[in-house]
Amino acid sequence: MTSSTVKAPATSAYWEGLRDGSPFILMVVPFATVFGVVATDAGLSVAQAMGFSVLVIAGASQFAAVQMMLENAGIAFVLLAALAVNLRMAMYSAALVPYLGPAPLWKRALVAYLNFDQSYILSVTRYEARPEMSVTDRAAYFFGVASAIAPLWCAMTLVGIFAGSAIPESWALDFIVPIMFLAMVSPMLKSSAHVAAAAVSVIVALALVGLPSGIGLLIAACAAMVTGALVETWMERRKA
Amino acid sequence: MSYSNAEIWLIIALLGVGTFLIRFSFLGLIGDRPMPPIVLKLLRFTPVAVLPGMVAPLVLWPAATGGVPDPARLLAAFVTVGVGIWTRSAIWGIVAGISTLYLALWVFTAL
Repeated sequence: MTSSTVKAPATSAYWEGLRDGSPFILMVVPFATVFGVVATDAGLSVAQAMGFSVLVIAGASQFAAVQMMLENAGIAFVLLAALAVNLRMAMYSAALVPYLGPAPLWKRALVAYLNFDQSYILSVTRYEARPEMSVTDRAAYFFGVASAIAPLWCAMTLVGIFAGSAIPESWALDFIVPIMFLAMVSPMLKSSAHVAAAAVSVIVALALVGLPSGIGLLIAACAAMVTGALVETWMERRKA
Repeated sequence: MSYSNAEIWLIIALLGVGTFLIRFSFLGLIGDRPMPPIVLKLLRFTPVAVLPGMVAPLVLWPAATGGVPDPARLLAAFVTVGVGIWTRSAIWGIVAGISTLYLALWVFTAL
């Protein structure tokens, strides 16, 4: 076996990942562009808006942070709301351990940085379908998927930043963010537990809207999480 | 927005580090140890627990109309949720929601 054939599988796994990830371009382009527009509109500098997309690189939480900042919430509440949106990624991290746990630390760190909904879901589906994949191939596939998404995320944020200043107020940009959040959440309403959690979140947040920014949302989110877990437990017991 | 430049950078930096640590948690630090089932269960509900509560006041009392409920925005919100649930796709929800928003804004101004 020559050295080129030893190297070939990882390379092809990378390209397969890139190919499988490319349909998500359709989703990344509008999301990232709108983030650039909204961040500029909120008063962030070019560097700050790019800082969000490069350093945080997590769509929903970037929008959440900018929204909380628009409401002049305390810094701790901005961080709490935005990080809470990302907590699901701890689950992704745990789910990747059986597949990528033996990879070198720098690869695991890079996987962590690039762990989005899309790269996680595609990769785990692939790993489950092909248990014979080597750890090197798995990492290569993951990086392939991420390569289709991450550079474009940053580039389109920049496009949005420059497009944003040219957009007139009559375009009702204020309401693009609520629409994006609603659109992200509604496909997740797949069980009565999820619906109950969302309903409690809405009701408590509206009831506590008079509290300083962020506090009401924090209480609403905690109440909603507990509601979701309780309803799910209750449904499981009823089934059993 | 009433933050200084330094405060904005502090938010970005802490959010970047925090998000990385969440993503790195098990893969890099904790390893293959099982999480308590109750923690897993609560984590699963974080997006649906946070985002609806954040959006609800913005839908009912938009700042752009001085906090007065706006029929165009309400309609757009309902269409977004309906299409999002129906198609199970965020993209179609956004397309439908934004189209509804502009159509409704145009119709209500024309009236």
